[in-house]
Amino acid sequence: MADIAALKDQVTQVRRDIVRMVHAVNSGHPGGSLGCAEYFVALYNEILRHDPENFTIDGKNEDLFFLSNGHISPVWYSVLARSGYFPLDELKTFRKIDTRLQGHPTTHEGLPGVRVASGSLGQGLSVALGAALTKKLNGEDRLVYSLHGDGELQEGQIWEAAMFAAARGIDNIISTIDYNGRQIDGDVEDVLDLGDLDAKWTAFGWDVMHMDGNDIEKVLEGLKEAQNRTGKGKPVMIIMRTEMGNGVDFMMGSHKWHGVAPNDEQLESALEQNPETIGDY
Amino acid sequence: MKDYPIQNVKDTRSGFGEGLAELGKENPDVVALCADLIGSLKMNAFQDAYPERFFQVGISEANMMGVAAGLTIGGKIPFTGTFANFSTGRVYDQIRQSIAYSGKNVKICASHAGLTLGEDGATHQILEDLGMMRMLPGMTVINPCDFNQTKAATKAIVKHEGPVYLRFGRPKVPNFTAVDQKFEIGKAWMVSEGTDVSIFATGHLVWKAIEAGKLLAEEGISAEIINIHTIKPLDEKAILDSVRKTKCAVSAEEHMVNGGLGDAVSQVLSRNFPAPQEYVAVNDTFGESGKPEALMTKYGIDTANVINAVKKAIARKS
Repeated sequence: MADIAALKDQVTQVRRDIVRMVHAVNSGHPGGSLGCAEYFVALYNEILRHDPENFTIDGKNEDLFFLSNGHISPVWYSVLARSGYFPLDELKTFRKIDTRLQGHPTTHEGLPGVRVASGSLGQGLSVALGAALTKKLNGEDRLVYSLHGDGELQEGQIWEAAMFAAARGIDNIISTIDYNGRQIDGDVEDVLDLGDLDAKWTAFGWDVMHMDGNDIEKVLEGLKEAQNRTGKGKPVMIIMRTEMGNGVDFMMGSHKWHGVAPNDEQLESALEQNPETIGDY
Repeated sequence: MKDYPIQNVKDTRSGFGEGLAELGKENPDVVALCADLIGSLKMNAFQDAYPERFFQVGISEANMMGVAAGLTIGGKIPFTGTFANFSTGRVYDQIRQSIAYSGKNVKICASHAGLTLGEDGATHQILEDLGMMRMLPGMTVINPCDFNQTKAATKAIVKHEGPVYLRFGRPKVPNFTAVDQKFEIGKAWMVSEGTDVSIFATGHLVWKAIEAGKLLAEEGISAEIINIHTIKPLDEKAILDSVRKTKCAVSAEEHMVNGGLGDAVSQVLSRNFPAPQEYVAVNDTFGESGKPEALMTKYGIDTANVINAVKKAIARKS
């Protein structure tokens, strides 16, 4: 059984990491990162069968994760470091010259944990599907996970990939949409309404589930349920409800903290709301 | 002028198809993807023999590039097949981020490049692809000249770790290079030695350069003809060795004057050995419908254009 208290402590610590990293360079994307803290902590601690100390791009006989909405790199970097992929201390270098922790994730500087560059939106689902096909060709029973923004679904390539996955019966993938309803210019429904997402993904041939993304126990439950749905001829999609900026009161309820760093006072407030648990970097 | 008898007349895309089918047999990691152009790309043989390693993705080239990038994760070597236009311009950002920047071992195989696609017209006649691809860091860019060379190149790129853009064409053209040639990526091929001018040609223009070389020889002009099948990495030594001898250059390509082989050659010369250079290329314009040969004439990339360019370059020597 998962130690829920320990996972919650890590979520709080990851939130601290996110706001500190973004504040230190006065740039980056805290909103979406905060909203996905529970998902990443659950995935990397309890779900993935992976080998952080011996990272390879190929990841043979491991579960793989692909972040398609690469701008939420702070949450990923924090959880990767806290999972043992690279030294925690390296979080200090986020977005600074010569860093492996580029603004958007990349393989280019050799950061362990990252298998493809992302940032230009809409590309990660195709890549994850290719990796899932290779798992099948190699006779592996391991799974591929991917995460996507909701605004990202406005990219056409996502729907090309959605069609392809179902038509080819790629059933060793669990994709998740971070459905926080916000994007840079405002609420998603105002910028370009996605309509009925459940009906869309279902019509595209996916097995669709819903999950509360800001409740660690529900995330664990949801991801395990998704695992049970793999291997049945359909790709699995989790529509994950989250709150952008979750855990930092002044960042919640608005799109405005999508890509803005907190100032000194705001940082102080955010850290007060998320006291140190397992140690700052 | 060295003589190259025409063995037969074949399309370069068929060289790709044959090479791919042989790779399928030789290397179990080779997989292929196509965006609804299996017949045009001559990928049928591979598809028939290795259906489990062949992925029809439908008319969705962006997805194809992403899936190809993903297939490399775990050791597959994907060959994507569609027209050159849809292999580059349509999916530039997918190639840039998911393949080139991510250092993925994808072989982007592009048919129907340039004007010689013919009657379909300018929507499909991409003349900017070499430029786009050679601008991407880490991308290898290859444009073989005939059936045999395309087949040899197809088989050679599987041994190169990293992204490759392999460009070939639709029409049947003279097949004159050796069946058993060794294709070395990045190593220019000396077609014929000469002393008065260096002609650097790629793709379908290599045969035009050979035709021009014969006619120039009749006028007493000795042209050195070099096949630059690999535009990136460019064989700078071959270019400089030749121009140091001849003191002038002509570049010849089925591509826009901007961004292609001519620019690449010019960069090498201006940095190392400034010399007069003339360009046989399409002059900053779109193509149109028509027969391949008629288009090459109208848009200035025919044998006569090579001859004129040679004479101009020689006249500019100090």
